[in-house]
Amino acid sequence: MILTNEQQAILDGKKGETLAKVMKTLVMYGEAFEAEKLVPITSEYNHLVTSFGLKVMAPVYDLMQQILDADVCSGQKFSVDPRPIDKSVPANFLQNLVFKKFMYTKQSFYEGQLEKLGLMDKNAFTCTCYMDEVGNKPKKGDILSWAESSAVVYANSVLGARCNRNSGIIDIMGSIVGYVPFFGLLTDEGRKAAWVVKVQTTKKPEAQLLGSAIGMKVMEDVPYVVGLDKWIGTELNDDACGYLKDFGAATASNGAVGLYHIANLTPEAKELGESLIAEGAKEYIIDDAELERVQKNYPVIWKNPDVAPKLCFVGCPHLSLAQLKEWTVNLEKELQKNGRKKVTIPTVFTAAPGVLEIFEKTEYAARLKATGVITSYICPLMYMNNPLCKKMPVITSSNKLRTYTSARYYTDAEILKTVTGGKNA
Amino acid sequence: MKKFQGRVVTPGEVTAEALVTTEGFNTLASFQMALQFGDKEVKCGDQSNKDLYGKSMLGKALCLPQTIGSTTGGLVLYCACSMGKNPACMLFANHIDSLAAAGAVLADVWADSVSMPVVDSLGDEFLHYVKDGMKITVKAGGIVEVE
Repeated sequence: MILTNEQQAILDGKKGETLAKVMKTLVMYGEAFEAEKLVPITSEYNHLVTSFGLKVMAPVYDLMQQILDADVCSGQKFSVDPRPIDKSVPANFLQNLVFKKFMYTKQSFYEGQLEKLGLMDKNAFTCTCYMDEVGNKPKKGDILSWAESSAVVYANSVLGARCNRNSGIIDIMGSIVGYVPFFGLLTDEGRKAAWVVKVQTTKKPEAQLLGSAIGMKVMEDVPYVVGLDKWIGTELNDDACGYLKDFGAATASNGAVGLYHIANLTPEAKELGESLIAEGAKEYIIDDAELERVQKNYPVIWKNPDVAPKLCFVGCPHLSLAQLKEWTVNLEKELQKNGRKKVTIPTVFTAAPGVLEIFEKTEYAARLKATGVITSYICPLMYMNNPLCKKMPVITSSNKLRTYTSARYYTDAEILKTVTGGKNA
Repeated sequence: MKKFQGRVVTPGEVTAEALVTTEGFNTLASFQMALQFGDKEVKCGDQSNKDLYGKSMLGKALCLPQTIGSTTGGLVLYCACSMGKNPACMLFANHIDSLAAAGAVLADVWADSVSMPVVDSLGDEFLHYVKDGMKITVKAGGIVEVE
């Protein structure tokens, strides 16, 4: 890798041992991908994936402390993934004990570290930092040092920013030196599609299932998706952005997709069209049967698959304002149809603190509350990340939550029926 | 005995028993329960990985195509290495992915007294040939012997 004089001086330890180790990490990371140079980060804010004060992550907090002690923090402020605990989310005595006394015992300590490292504000905890209500929304062409997989794939695909699927810790290291290695999704070549995915369904495909199917098929490659604009339109409005958020998170959790192009919709596909398709690209056709096959193959690891669910999570990644409103309306209609006033299963809708704050000011907030649904800023994945939840029958319409926990996946329509006391076919 | 030539991502030499997956290795899903709840055998917790689910990863020569899943993957691998709960080495059939590379590099630069050689680009034939329990020897220069 060819470094500038300034970068070489940092690597040589002229600005201290800790900064040299940060630079060495980035150089070795880049060299693993034959990167020839480091390029400046241009986004206003960074976003970190590590938000949780898990006792077991002590090596991470030790490393952060080394950065703080060496006083080499970045001037670039950042948002961070959601908090793992929220007292408004139902938890029994034992769960609370496990959360507070065994698992997240370092939460306050780590949040203190984050504030010193440059947290945007005390509410900047969400996986959907790119929402207008949160304010960390990169511009097209911005170079980022982000790591949260669902945010990276959204920033690349929907916003047209440029970011590799970095790991946690690498995210803050890039920000500290102000540079990231130039490879992969930062390059024009790396943004070309190795797959053409043809959507040939007879109805609007479920975002999470479509993303899951594509992720499992293309793994880390870039897909160019044709035929989806028929169902979600050619404008990046609230509905389309909400759909793409959920679709992208599924491609990133069931595969390793960091960028997708949707013909006639996402910015680069609109601008460059089929010239984004690499020579020799493979083809994957998705029809109703393929999506049905994908859903049927999801493992159900509940001891008793027929047991009644005890909790429902919607919003992994966090819901948008438009999605919160849409769910409110749909719940009201379904409850009315079923002759009920409140949900029959404890149900939690999760969204960014900034989104929830705005939502609370709308007429929808009281209407949603009346249905019995709880809103929270929690990370459902972190909530479920313990053996107690493994035994608990939790349902979700999030493929990401399904992938990492024992939560059982249902489509949005199935969730709606289940939590309102209706019957699924 | 068969010899494969790969590319060194992080250096080192080691001999260990092979543990093989032909599916993408989800680092978070594989390690999270074992690390959090002190599983001494570090059994793979990824229910979606039929090759590895429930098997001990500790001290094994983990043979895989690539890693997949959450971008906490690199820091999870770094934590596993810092806590001495890592595989003996990681051997990738494909070019290494960004999350595994980050984990390997973080462990190499920041974790004291940790050696987890990582070799990539060993090719599809490597993954077809190697089976659970085979003896793996990682030598300098990215040479991997399987017997």
